Amino acid sequence: MSEALEVVLRSVGVLAAFLVLPLLVGQAEHKVMAHMQGRLGPMYAGGFHGWAQLVADGVKFVQKEDITPTAADRGVFRFAPAVALVPYLVALAVIPLTPSVVGADVPASALFVLAVTAVGILGTLMAGWASANKYSLLGAMRAAAQLLSYELPLVLAVASVCLAAGSLSLSGIAQAWTPWWLLWQAPGAVVFLVAAVAELQRPPFDMPVADAEIVFGAYTEYTGLRFAFFLLAEYAGIVVMALLFAVLYLGGWQGPFADQLGWLWTLLKGLVIAVLVIWLRVAWPRLREDQLQHLAWLVLVPLALAQLALTGVWVVVAA
Amino acid sequence: MTGSTNRRTSGGAIPGLLKGLATTAKTLGRPTHTAEYPDAPPHLPPRTRGVIALLEENCTSCMLCARECPDWCIYIDSHKETIPSPTPGGRDRQRNVLDRFAIDFSLCMYCGICIEVCPFDALHWSPEFEYSELDIRDLLHEKDRLGQWMPTVPPPPALDPGSAEPAEIAAANKPPRVPRGADAPTTARSAGGDRRERPAPPGKDEQ
Repeated sequence: MSEALEVVLRSVGVLAAFLVLPLLVGQAEHKVMAHMQGRLGPMYAGGFHGWAQLVADGVKFVQKEDITPTAADRGVFRFAPAVALVPYLVALAVIPLTPSVVGADVPASALFVLAVTAVGILGTLMAGWASANKYSLLGAMRAAAQLLSYELPLVLAVASVCLAAGSLSLSGIAQAWTPWWLLWQAPGAVVFLVAAVAELQRPPFDMPVADAEIVFGAYTEYTGLRFAFFLLAEYAGIVVMALLFAVLYLGGWQGPFADQLGWLWTLLKGLVIAVLVIWLRVAWPRLREDQLQHLAWLVLVPLALAQLALTGVWVVVAA
Repeated sequence: MTGSTNRRTSGGAIPGLLKGLATTAKTLGRPTHTAEYPDAPPHLPPRTRGVIALLEENCTSCMLCARECPDWCIYIDSHKETIPSPTPGGRDRQRNVLDRFAIDFSLCMYCGICIEVCPFDALHWSPEFEYSELDIRDLLHEKDRLGQWMPTVPPPPALDPGSAEPAEIAAANKPPRVPRGADAPTTARSAGGDRRERPAPPGKDEQ
């Protein structure tokens, strides 16, 4: 009985984090991007500096008509947003804020997170294919090509950290973290960050949704709540990747008063990374499709392999 | 090959990326440029062409504005009124009475020619701009409405230093003309003449 209650409580907690943190990141994006462009951003919704803008957006999306194109593959089309969204919810469940504050403590959680987040791309592929729209299909193909290219450096970078910590568990990795990693794992961290931004299809890697070229890629035909789910998936993805970066490369809950404020440290480090991801979007233009592949295969993969070799050598020498 | 030449001309990819980050970060620290318009009144320069205001008292219904208007958006109706002579045997005077003065702001292109040609300063630019309507036909404004904008007309800008006096002030400062046949007031020249004449009477007394 108490076990069932604990499962329910943990699920509710993860769901609450899943619904609140992406909105926080979205609001931060609104305001940070606006001020980086000399604007104010939303100012009205909710009264104080437009804090409820995304809530208002959500209400608007709910009110919109849910359109399924006649030529669309109806079932797949309607199911795709869920496929894009749920993997990030599952991934969020295993990311620890502290060793105790975690939805589900899975032994090989690093592997689990990577595997689950890779499923999200299927939602984009399904959406693009089922829309029966050239732009959607082009966007989906671009997304697939991008995911294939960047999954490898991402996995290699995480493998390097796992090797350094001697653990596949996120909690174990963060426990093994020392400030020395900031230097030792720096190339891997850069590779991870770049690959994560590319996986999220965020600028400068937003060719799958390049509005000037292919309208809105795989999401062109979506309206209302289903469209909002894709947007929520993007911001949930930022949360997952930022927290993952904080746990893998920044020591997660390690910091002053880690016993009491460990969860706050993880969240703060994740927030810094999320703001960095937003900052990159504001500052940099979109890459071309061939430049994207060039960067992945000729820069990131060799760099990640070099990092793996460096980590391996150091672990063997130090042991 | 082309990539390497590009890199040489643009100074490389990394400095460019860092510059982009630095620029956005600097802008983040600076105050924003947003003008929160409905909450804060906009700062408009004095010569803003918002709306055309009518000073009805100055209008003589001469029709110059209506005739010069490139898109014929000024409507004027007037009639002549006879003012009987105040003195018996005098000539009766006629004057124009303005019945209707309307500007259709759905046609107006804000060229300001009507204001330029008005010889009696009856038309003025006002910076007021919040007079949108839901129906385009409601943009035809009659003289009452045009007159209501008169208080919003800013005073004319100050003259440049060293420029000639405005005609009105020069005219007001000029000594008043002496009406022919009337007693000479004490202006400088006539006072001098008086002095020359005055010594004569005492001379007469001595005689």
